[in-house]
Amino acid sequence: MKRVYAREEFCAGCKLCEVHCAVAHSEYPDDIIKAFLKQKVKPTPRVLVEENQPISFALQCRHCDDAPCTKACISGAMQKDPLTGVVINDESRCVGCWTCILVCPFGAVQRDAGGHKVASKCDLCSTNGGLPVCVQNCPNDALVFTDELWGR
Amino acid sequence: MDYVIVGNSAAGIGAVEGIRSLDKAGRITLFSDEPYHTYSRPLISYYLFGKVTEDKMYYRPPDFYERLDVTARLGTRVNSLSTAEKELVLESGEKVGFERLLLATGGKPIVPPMPGRDLEGVFTFLKWDDVKALEKTLYPGVRTVVIGAGLIGLKATEALCHRGAEVAVVELANRVLSAILDEGAAGLVQESLAERGVRFFLENTVAEILGADGRVKGVRLQDGTELPCERLVIAIGVSPNTSLAQGTEVAVNRGILVDEFLATNVAGIFAAGDVAEGYDFLFRQRRVLPILPNAYKQGFSAGVNMAGGTESHRGGFAMNSIGFFDLPMITAGIVKPESSEFRELIHTDAAKRVYKKIVLREGKIVGFIALNAIDRAGILTGLMEKEIDVTPFQEHLLRENFGYLHFPKEYRQQELWKGVLKRERA
Ligand SMILES: Cc1cc2nc3c(=O)[nH]c(=O)nc-3n(C[C@H](O)[C@H](O)[C@H](O)COP(=O)(O)OP(=O)(O)OC[C@H]3O[C@@H](n4cnc5c(N)ncnc54)[C@H](O)[C@@H]3O)c2cc1C
Ligand code: SF4
Ligand code: SF4
Repeated sequence: MKRVYAREEFCAGCKLCEVHCAVAHSEYPDDIIKAFLKQKVKPTPRVLVEENQPISFALQCRHCDDAPCTKACISGAMQKDPLTGVVINDESRCVGCWTCILVCPFGAVQRDAGGHKVASKCDLCSTNGGLPVCVQNCPNDALVFTDELWGR
Repeated sequence: MDYVIVGNSAAGIGAVEGIRSLDKAGRITLFSDEPYHTYSRPLISYYLFGKVTEDKMYYRPPDFYERLDVTARLGTRVNSLSTAEKELVLESGEKVGFERLLLATGGKPIVPPMPGRDLEGVFTFLKWDDVKALEKTLYPGVRTVVIGAGLIGLKATEALCHRGAEVAVVELANRVLSAILDEGAAGLVQESLAERGVRFFLENTVAEILGADGRVKGVRLQDGTELPCERLVIAIGVSPNTSLAQGTEVAVNRGILVDEFLATNVAGIFAAGDVAEGYDFLFRQRRVLPILPNAYKQGFSAGVNMAGGTESHRGGFAMNSIGFFDLPMITAGIVKPESSEFRELIHTDAAKRVYKKIVLREGKIVGFIALNAIDRAGILTGLMEKEIDVTPFQEHLLRENFGYLHFPKEYRQQELWKGVLKRERA
């Protein structure tokens, strides 16, 4: 399956991916100003830029083949789509027990501070059917969406 | 193939999914003495709290059995097992044969043989029916004693407290959550619950349940203290529900003994979940690991193996994510080592109720506590599981921003580019 990979040599640490991800998953996905100003709680990005200059890179759910979070989820909310491989949290059933945070080896699950306390993670923008917004908006092409072999 | 599964919870459901990952045609029959569509056991305290409604209790969608072609015989108790005949006998006397059997019968509450345990107002806290019954009897200010300050006892306490009960907790150990926290962290958790009005009686236990007219009226503790109460919740612990295996050839220690393939010593019979005793690779011995992730994973692997696959489950270790009101904690492995082969790294900030501890053995993480600072804790769990030598980046482990950044570049790229990074040829 296609996943998002970060080329750390190209990442400038600008965190635009975090901003666009937060907006795309907010109550106002098409309006960056409203997303940040109108929503009561600041929207949570589902991608995290790890940074300690000169190194920086974006990290989000790896949509693991064996997805430990789906096996550990106590409510059954976290599931891997058998057809697409995308791991998605059904936020209406999530109880915010953070067992997925306990088992995710990438630290890719965020606690959404919004009204309903739920686990928030990358869904590969699976509802937009195209390129994930982080990849679309990275000014340095540091993010690639691919399933092909990469190497020097 | 004829598969029979006893138990309709995490391990049983894992097995169904494991079997169906390989065998779409075999016949699966699943038994449970509980009448419900598969539900999440940990959610019973959330249900009592009022955070989760009836329709959100289910562990899998309503069409689960139909979609995976499972004959679910709910509300049906299995009475006995004959290994020679390869059949089960149901409560009704009906006999059911099998080619592959999974025992996923979970645990049963430990109830010490103390006088008064049959009084009205005395509850255990393991099944949905337990909390449904308890819920009906609650009213604001109802005085409730909870025996046991373990995970289940304190989850019950949190929910009861939220529902307006006055709760007192009695615990034999010197601290709350003694299986997963050390003194430093336990003190902070106890303090936060005490702020909600919960009273604690540690290093003490209930000697006698006092009653009148068939109803509980209070308890007398070992040190003589009497606590009046109208409700009593017994949450001392859970022991493997091995009764079907008892008296058969299936080998039982504390739990049903299983190998790395979740097979028992009897061909064709497997066990998984809270009833099974598998390998704990941190304690380096067999142990029962009564947690949901372990139950599901063991069940899944058992299912794969029952269907003719070979999925080895090399063992696990204890791990928990739990919270009380607004205080979350994640812990794993050995948190309170008793010998000098271990090293401890500790960071505390008592004012913020933050406590972090990492336990190392031979350069590897073998346990940790993360209280009120849980974000990305799974990175530590991952390092434990993969038995990575953390010596090269050990000074960063307790940092707030600890992450893949601190890993050696080669290891980081190997993990983050898994699957698509071409190995450089020599
Ligand atoms: C209040 C509470 C909170 C918990 N919270 C957490 C948590 O936050 N995180 C976590 O990891 N774990 C938690 N646990 C533990 C977790 O629920 C268990 O580890 C998990 O449910 C084990 O699953 P299992 O399938 O092995 O067995 P069980 O869930 O115990 O299911 C076994 C089933 O088999 C049925 N059965 C037994 N014998 C027979 C028979 N002879 N015939 C027919 N049916 C039979 C039983 O009735 C039961 O339905 C919690 C447990 C409780 C009680
Ligand atoms: S949340 Fe973590 S464990 Fe789950 S699929 Fe994503 S990376 Fe893997
Ligand atoms: S926080 Fe939500 S998604 Fe994560 S394990 Fe708990 S219920 Fe499942």
